[in-house]
Amino acid sequence: MTHSKTITLTVNGKAVTAAVEPRTHLADFLRERQLLTGTHLGCEHGVCGACTILIDGEPARSCITLAVACDGHAVTTVEGLDGDPVAADLREAFSTEHGLQCGFCTPGMLVSARDVVLRRPTADDNQIRVEMSGNLCRCTGYVGIVNAIRRVLDARKTAAE
Amino acid sequence: MKAVGFDYERPTALDHALELLARDDVSARAVAGAQSLGPMLNLRLAQPDLLVDITHIAELRQIRREDGTLRIGACVTHARLEDGDYDDATRGVLPAVAAGIAYRAVRNRGTIGGSVAHADPAADWIATLTALGADVVVAGPAGRRAVPVSDFVLGVFETDLQPGEIIAEFRVPALSERARWGYYKVCRKAGEFSHATGAVLVDPARGVSRAVIAAASGRPVVVDDPEVIHGNGCRPERIADLLAGTPIGGDAFEVNTHTVALKRAIAQVTA
Repeated sequence: MTHSKTITLTVNGKAVTAAVEPRTHLADFLRERQLLTGTHLGCEHGVCGACTILIDGEPARSCITLAVACDGHAVTTVEGLDGDPVAADLREAFSTEHGLQCGFCTPGMLVSARDVVLRRPTADDNQIRVEMSGNLCRCTGYVGIVNAIRRVLDARKTAAE
Repeated sequence: MKAVGFDYERPTALDHALELLARDDVSARAVAGAQSLGPMLNLRLAQPDLLVDITHIAELRQIRREDGTLRIGACVTHARLEDGDYDDATRGVLPAVAAGIAYRAVRNRGTIGGSVAHADPAADWIATLTALGADVVVAGPAGRRAVPVSDFVLGVFETDLQPGEIIAEFRVPALSERARWGYYKVCRKAGEFSHATGAVLVDPARGVSRAVIAAASGRPVVVDDPEVIHGNGCRPERIADLLAGTPIGGDAFEVNTHTVALKRAIAQVTA
């Protein structure tokens, strides 16, 4: 039995209208219908953070958000952050600090890290770790990731002075 | 895994939502942020025929203070409670608890009503609202009714919600100026589900002295014994008595973990 619904939403700034099954979660919609495969699926039940994207500018798990529930909303994936200045700083810092190895967690890490930089500009290392605790990495041991975020926070603080 | 097929409606009026949920030809479930139901759907532990998304019903998203009560709509997100853009009658309790729920990406979507309706014993709002002495207001085909949160949660994933009913709002009594709050969760990792939660509210001006043992594999256990809160009674033997009859009542390790959680919460109040 199918229950197709037509939704209209913004994906990375572009208006998209599509028919979706209500059971289709946002990550599958983005990957398989919009071919935006930068959004990764790890655990598919909201624990690992690999699928973290932005809905109306706020981080969310695309694996436990239904695509149909995003009707009328704006979705931004890691691809949509190409021109974002904070994401650009983070990409460079992740590279410099070895904040990734296999890279599977990185799209979600970048989305969450960007939120930490914007929402917690004065975060110390412990606060960075707590704020990033919803994104699992099996390669780095997190030290490089924390250092990368630290680097961007420090650079922004210096720039603001 | 992927969810089974289901239908989806997103009403903008509460009456319409209640009509949809009252249908007896399909199994209908209310959904808000889907941060608890979403995993249940993906794991196929939940297989509804119809989801009724209640997040676009404006009245369920309101927070407002009315005299001595803070009224929080069921669809208010944890992130909003964390950020505190409201007249917080709890003097910082709600933002502090909200900030410790899962992760920001979950808090941006997850709602206070969804969390309580899901009734995971480890949920922060069940422990917190019970300790604060809050009521839950349930809306259904027969109108509205208010139930103390302590009576609303009946067990593991089990509440007093009747078929066709949804949570409309919570009514949280204002704390007085000298109220003290203590809250401690035993977690091995930041953001994970609590293994043992202790919550304590001491508000002498209102004559309230209440502790809650939560995440105890059942409904929260309310403790009003002054010996436990103010005296020397927060010991494993006493906590074992209080947990008797729960699935973990005879488990020395669990009893000890809950004793530690409650003791640390009490220490915040008496410090």
